[in-house]
Amino acid sequence: MIREVAIVGVGWSPFRSITPDLSYKEMMYEAAVRAYEDAGIDPRRDVDSFVTVAEDFNEGTSIFDEYVPDQLGALHRPVQTITGDGIHGIAAAVMQILTGQFDVVVVEAHSKASNVLTLPHILAYAMDPVFNRPLAAHPYFIAGMEMRRYLAETGTPLEACAQVVVKNRANALRNPLAGYGADLTIDDVLASEPIAEPLTRLACADHADGAVVMVLASGETARALTDRPIWVRGIGWANDTFWLESRPWGQARYAYLAGQMAYSTAGIKSPRTEIDFAEIDDTFAYKELQHLEALGLCKPGEAGAWTLEGGTELEGEFPVNPSGGSLGEGHLLDCTGLARVLEVVLQLRGEAGPRQIEDAEVGLAFAWRGVPTTSGAAVILSN
Amino acid sequence: MGRNRVAIVGAGMTKFVRRAQETAKELAWKAASKALESCELTLDDIDAVVVDTAPDAFDGIHMNAEYLSDGAGGWGKPVIRGYVGGGTGVFAAIQGWYHVASGLFDTVLVVCEEKMSSCQPHPQGAFLTIFDHTTERPLKPNLLWIFALEMNAYMSRYGLSKKDIALVAVKNKRNAADHPAALLGDPDITVEDILNTEVLAWPVQRGDVSPISDGAVALVMCAEHVARRVTDKPVWVEGVGWSLDTAYWTNRDLSYPTYVEEAARMAYKMAGITEPRKQIHIAEPYDPFDYKELHHLEGLLLFDKGKAPEATALGITQRDGDLPVCPSGGLLGVGNPIAAAGLMKVAEIFWQLRGEAGARQVPGQPKRGVAQAWGDLMQVGTVIVLGI
Repeated sequence: MIREVAIVGVGWSPFRSITPDLSYKEMMYEAAVRAYEDAGIDPRRDVDSFVTVAEDFNEGTSIFDEYVPDQLGALHRPVQTITGDGIHGIAAAVMQILTGQFDVVVVEAHSKASNVLTLPHILAYAMDPVFNRPLAAHPYFIAGMEMRRYLAETGTPLEACAQVVVKNRANALRNPLAGYGADLTIDDVLASEPIAEPLTRLACADHADGAVVMVLASGETARALTDRPIWVRGIGWANDTFWLESRPWGQARYAYLAGQMAYSTAGIKSPRTEIDFAEIDDTFAYKELQHLEALGLCKPGEAGAWTLEGGTELEGEFPVNPSGGSLGEGHLLDCTGLARVLEVVLQLRGEAGPRQIEDAEVGLAFAWRGVPTTSGAAVILSN
Repeated sequence: MGRNRVAIVGAGMTKFVRRAQETAKELAWKAASKALESCELTLDDIDAVVVDTAPDAFDGIHMNAEYLSDGAGGWGKPVIRGYVGGGTGVFAAIQGWYHVASGLFDTVLVVCEEKMSSCQPHPQGAFLTIFDHTTERPLKPNLLWIFALEMNAYMSRYGLSKKDIALVAVKNKRNAADHPAALLGDPDITVEDILNTEVLAWPVQRGDVSPISDGAVALVMCAEHVARRVTDKPVWVEGVGWSLDTAYWTNRDLSYPTYVEEAARMAYKMAGITEPRKQIHIAEPYDPFDYKELHHLEGLLLFDKGKAPEATALGITQRDGDLPVCPSGGLLGVGNPIAAAGLMKVAEIFWQLRGEAGARQVPGQPKRGVAQAWGDLMQVGTVIVLGI
């Protein structure tokens, strides 16, 4: 995919732990207006297709697609929902543009997690209804078991997972969009209450509200609209098995597969040297390490040591989650991947302010759909 | 049309039943296996999977496509789910098209599954949650009510009688008698039978409504170079279209589906169709209610506004008429497992164009057909044009 599709506009409604002053429609509208202004387009005239990313149970509405068009300026236009992560939404937009039938496609995702009083109960409805749901366990037990297995297989110390939290929440202090910036120590993280051992409270991302809208365009249109298009170099997504009973608990195979597809569409052979920085799912702190390894950005079992040495810090050789990630920005449900992509776009444009990475040219965003899924999606962008 | 020309090369479906013994995952597996067998491919040949299903509230499974993914053949593959309410089934084929037309994938498996029977005591309970949480849900609306409003608007606009509309239910349930997967086929049903069913929400009677159903349907779609290797009879995707109207449905003219017309115009333009009434030989419009088939035939520009009932009375839409409509038996006859029902319509056009529809085969060797679905709050139209 050589300069065929670009992101030409981005907009957001900032990520906050609660937003009692805004409805989800207002947050979508705010993000959309910013994105359309950024791209210099009129949605009613210039956009060929719209993609929203949403899950009914997170919205509390069946067929959430119904409530999308008005606030996006998408009436009487092609609109579809992707029930996936924001990066699956980007994938749908990229495919539509690559068909040659669509020039400009808009992707939207949002989270109004603070409206959901019983998120763990909602999540429990994602468990296999026959084999797993009757156990009536908090679904985070899956993360606890997986973390234990990952630590055992790789010999990664608990401190390395805690350092991910320290790093990401410190990065978030430099990000005005982020809701969970904090100055923590490894001991703070390890001493926080256990959720599902060895997982502690501070090693799990808290939820946030927010919205992100992106405008994608075909190569020619992108060049006409902006002098700083951010090119989609590669994209990939994949599922491992949904069965808890037969998945590889130590490694994130979905991340490996999604990464391989993204690298192959981007023509990347050596990701560590050809990519400058990454925004990688860190819903749970150990996931950042597991995903770094699965994505081939370091060798298996080395992500922990690399993190403890500071290699993935903002000033390190390969910054990971300069935005603060989900730990620092807050977990945005189905919008999580778009938040990762947003940071990559801002970094590549040189608009990341106090957390700007120097000379960033190629960035990777990777999202995971959370427990109990094995669904991941990756996108590689360049300026 | 796109970087790759896209063909459908295989299709399969389960029986549509009121209460399937299989889990949702098993239904998806059955349809996927049949579609692969029909074109002699295996999962090794599949590059990506589209798994679509309508509201999670039916099965009570959050992130339902994740649960269905292994059943649908998605293990270790790119899996994605799209969702446009009742329009999802036809949209799944549109997604399959853009996966392949993009050039990213050569061969894609498209699976739609629905299991409504899990919703107790009745799926209408799940439909309560499709309404606006602030302005409408407190009224405890029922989906049948808004269809009653729409049916009334259509009947009064054009001075139609209940009998004019019941003819659609009779035609489709009779057609379905020839469908091996059908739930409500009946070769002897009459207009009187329909008019004598119980009233649900006037003017909607039970006989006007498609049944609650469980089932799954799958297609195999691929790029031209693969299609030529796999089959002598590829069916090409010639055009696709979809369009969404406002969420504020109370502000709309309910007697005409503008969103279907917009989707149809988009698909026809892509297919180079300038005179749909001459260039389209067979149609599978969405018929969850009998008046909906008429509504949608007009939206598809196949008849003038208000004229589809007359054409139905004249027999034009019968299987041996000038424009066979829902030769499968449609949702009224075959059944309505929402997303699967939409994809069943695409599969029917595929079988009809290949001359493989058996007892349902329409005469005259049709060359081009259209399938359409509709959904959300009487709001979205999805259209696909297939040809050989």
